[in-house]
This record gives sequence, structure tokens and C-alpha cells, in this order.
Amino acid sequence: MSLVIEAQGLRKEFTVRVKAGRLRRERRRVIAVDGIDLRVERGELLGYIGPNGAGKSTTLKMLTGVLTPSAGQVRVCGLRPVPQRTRLALGIGVVFGQRSQLWWDLPLRDSFDLLRHVYRVPAAEHAARLRRCRGLLDLDGFLDIPVRQLSLGQRMRGELTAALLHGPRVLFLDEPTIGLDVVSKQAVRGFLAELGRAGDTTLVLTTHDLADIERLCRRLVVIDHGRVVHDGTIAELHRRYGSRRLVVAELDAALVTPPALPGAPLERVEADGRRLVYALDSAGVAEVVAGLAGLATLRDISILEPDIEDVVARLYRTPIHSD
Amino acid sequence: MLRMEGSEVGSVTATVASPTDSNVILWFRTFGAISLSGFRRYATYRQAALAGVVTNTVFGFLRCYVLLAVAGEAGAAAGYDRAQLATFVWAGQGLLAVVLLWGWTDLADRIRTGDIAGDLLRPVHPVTSYLATDLGRAGYAVLARMLPPILIGPLFFDVHLPARWPTVPLFAGSVVLAVVLCFACRFLVNATAYWLQDVRGPMMLWMLASGVLAGLYFPLRFLPEGLQRVLWFGTPFPSLLQTPLDVLVERDPTAVQVGLVALQAGWAVLLLVTCRLVQRRAERRLVVQGG
Repeated sequence: MSLVIEAQGLRKEFTVRVKAGRLRRERRRVIAVDGIDLRVERGELLGYIGPNGAGKSTTLKMLTGVLTPSAGQVRVCGLRPVPQRTRLALGIGVVFGQRSQLWWDLPLRDSFDLLRHVYRVPAAEHAARLRRCRGLLDLDGFLDIPVRQLSLGQRMRGELTAALLHGPRVLFLDEPTIGLDVVSKQAVRGFLAELGRAGDTTLVLTTHDLADIERLCRRLVVIDHGRVVHDGTIAELHRRYGSRRLVVAELDAALVTPPALPGAPLERVEADGRRLVYALDSAGVAEVVAGLAGLATLRDISILEPDIEDVVARLYRTPIHSD
Repeated sequence: MLRMEGSEVGSVTATVASPTDSNVILWFRTFGAISLSGFRRYATYRQAALAGVVTNTVFGFLRCYVLLAVAGEAGAAAGYDRAQLATFVWAGQGLLAVVLLWGWTDLADRIRTGDIAGDLLRPVHPVTSYLATDLGRAGYAVLARMLPPILIGPLFFDVHLPARWPTVPLFAGSVVLAVVLCFACRFLVNATAYWLQDVRGPMMLWMLASGVLAGLYFPLRFLPEGLQRVLWFGTPFPSLLQTPLDVLVERDPTAVQVGLVALQAGWAVLLLVTCRLVQRRAERRLVVQGG
């Protein structure tokens, strides 16, 4: 494995002018990114999340060379993003959910053709990549329509294609599913999952839609107030914040004392004792079922997966702790 | 909606061009492709072109009658005869849309909305790609905006046609330089948005200065000679419109025509370099607006 993104102590401050009286204005320093360390290997699918204003987009803009960091070291594909931006541009692709990088007045087909020249991609390579994207993203129905007339879902599929036609090693996606309907979201996610499976392209995805993350990313970096508050797998996040899978057992009749099961503490008792909810710590579903089977007649068993939205909401609400 | 039978979308192949093509050729190919797309993009707005042609033609009549009245019985003013004045006006009405003195805020808009980030993520320098697009736009304007007034004018007025052969290539070169120079000026005016967010102030100043000092409202040769010299050497404005028109109407001998075009070239190079410096400064302090 080789390192594709390497950031150390990455920091970005902005100065904003705030009204402080009738004519007076005060300069105030806002720290958008406050010392972020990040190492991403080739082929990783990284989810980069955080509440509004946490510094996600700012980080992405520093990694892509659009913004100059105030401090810190950063290398992407072995290049320093700002001084070597035009060279880096050949090796990365970027999709902004809230902005368009296509040419408003041109049909998609012409935009793609222009990109071939801008990135100097040999015709055969370009044609092959476009063919694959056309198949996977179903572009054929609107290739000849000017971008300004496309629906958001169609445009986003166009944006994804445009970002990939030069074969980037890293694809940065800034809220790629924002505003999309369920079907288009699934299309985009499916496409990215496919891209991730191939294993060559590194994906860095920021989003507020945690379903994107669950579906696509094994590794999750959570930032808040410009700092990394979690870096690990989704399972680790659940473990750390005590969210576990739950087993809900529906019984025929209530038990006087619900049994204590090793490795599966009782979370709550509902429906006058006829519904028992156990959390799965180290025990499996089978052990819970076996533990209960001798004591009562089981009518139904269901399993609740931990909800990532809950965990993340809790994480966003917790005050910053440095660890 | 989504078909998943394909697989290796993400396959990475180095995008290196064949070793037979030199970098210069590749650069021109990229530049040409961007220009062609500029041409196509502007060609989609046909009604706007038609409305522009009508306006330019109407104002052509107004300006032409005024200048001919100035020439009066003597039949000449500031070194132009009546036919030269008519050519000056009608070619000027066409050239106005080609160099595009006014109405270009693309860059300022993209800075204000933050879309400029997209431009910075391309492997082409923003000044280069905006210039290429603008040359494409100008190419379309030559066909759609410049030809009509140049063809309509002679139907109603006696015009001056070039009598010396070097005038034609000199005029063509001068028009290209005027477009490049005007682009650089517009780029700089728009680039103030990096610092100010709102460019209405600089834009007003630019509109006023370029209208008066480029020779649009009246030929600059009407001014005292000393002032003319100050304007030509001290500001880029006369090189935007007055120079190509003076070259076309052959007001001066060939040597002076060549000198004027050389001066234009100097201004174009100077301002393009300034654009790059300003862009570099701006990128260092850039704040991309919104998410």
C-alpha cells in the first residue's frame, strides 16, 4: 500500500470583519481547521464527516490546492497541492455537490470532449472511460442536452463522469448526494461502490447523509471545530460510543424476573414484560435465544442494527476533548 | 436506473501523451479546444446576438451623422475625410462587440459564488483558459456581430476601403491584439472581486474610462496632440479600439500603423503578465465562499 494523502498539523485561519459599532469594524480570527493529521492509503474509501462549519470543505479545498493552508504539511499524490496545483489537477478528480464544474451552455458530450483536451487524455483512453461511465451511470439519454437543462440527478451523474475521465488516482467528493432523490442517490452510491471495489481509486467523501458513509466507507473520520474527533471504522465508532446491536425478544407471557444473560445486558423491558430488549456485547443472537428459550415461549425475535445517525448526533453534541 | 455489469471504472492509466508530440503542440491543441468551446458556447445565444446587432446598427447611424456633421463643409476633421469617418464608425460599431468592452462579469460572478474553485482544479492556468475562451467568443463575434454593421454601413454611406496591402494584415493583427488586451483589462477589473466581493464600483470606473478613452464616443485624434501621446503611451485604452480603427482607415503612413500595433502588443504583454501576477496574489488570499 502506498500513501496517497498525507497531512500533518493542517490548519486554516480566516480573518473576518465584524461590525462593532456604527462605523467601526473589528477583525476577528476564525479557525476553520485546527491541526488535522490525516493519512490515506491508495484505494481507501474515506468518509469525512462533521457538523456544518466543522471544516470539512475547507480541508478538502486545502487538499486539492484551492486554498493555501495557514500552517501544516500536506502532500497529495506526492505533490504539494498549492504550489503544484496544475500538476496535481491531472491526478485528482473533484465533485462538488453544490457547484457545477461542467460548462453551463454546452451539451454533456461537448463538455466531456473539451475535458479530454484540457487534461490531454489520449483519445482511446478517453473513449474507454466514457463508455464505462455511460453504461454505469446511464448517460445516453441526455448526452446531447445542454447542462443548464439537465435535472440535478442527471447533472450529478455528468459531474461524476467529468471528474473521472482523466483517470484520477484520488476522487474528492464534497456532498455528492445533496438534494438528490432516493433513486439518484442510489445510482450515485452504487457507482461509487463499484469504483471503490476496483481498488485503484482513493475516494474521500464528505457528506451529511450517513447512509452514504454506511454504504461506501469502511473508514470514517469525524471532525468538529476543525479537529479530528474520531478516526477509525464505523464499528469502532459504535463501540466507542456504546452503541450495540439489540435483540428484541417477544414472549408469549411476561417473566417475573427477566434473566441476566452473559455478554448481553438487558437494555429495557417493554409491553408489560412481554418484550425484552438485550444489547449484544460479546454474546451472539443465538446465545440470547438459547438463554431465553428454556424460560419462556418465544413468539418473535428481531435484531436492531445500531443507528449511525444517533451515534454521530451524540458525537456532535459532545464537547471537544483532545485525545 | 443503474446498471452494474461493467466493472473497472476506476482503472488508472497514466495520462501521458505520445512522446512524438511536443509540449508546445499539446499546449496549442488544448488552447484551441478551449477556444472552440468558447465559440460554441457563445453561438448558442442567437437572439442576444441579433439584439446586439440591431442596437449597434442604430447607434452606428447616430454616430455617423454626428461625425459627418462635425466634418461639415470642409469634408474633413482631425485628419480623417468623410469616407474615413464613416469607416471608423461602422467598423467601430462591429469591433465593439468583438473586443467586448462591456458586459463581461463571468470571472467576478464565479469568484462571488465560489465557483472559481472549479477553475482552479483544472490543469490549465485560469488566465490561459479564460483567454482561450475569450478568443473563441471573439471569433464568433466577428461573424455574428462585426460583419453585419460592416456590411450595412456602406449601403448608406461612402466608406474608405484599404488602399495599401499591408493594411489588411496589420488590421487583422491589431484586432487580435485588441481582443487580448481588452480581455486582460476585463480580467483585472473582474479580479478585484477577489478583494472586494462586489465589482460594481470598479466596473463603473472601467465603463466610463474605456468608453471615453478608447475612442468609442469620439475619435481620440480630436484631442490635443500632447494628450493623445499621454493616452497612447500612458494607458492601454487607445489600443482597445482607436488603434485598430486608425489602422483600418489608413489615417497614417504604414510606418506609424506598424508603430501603433507594436505599442498595442507591448500593452497586451504587459497586462497579461499583470493578470498572472494578480491571479497569483489572489490565490494566496482566496476565500472560497460557501460549503
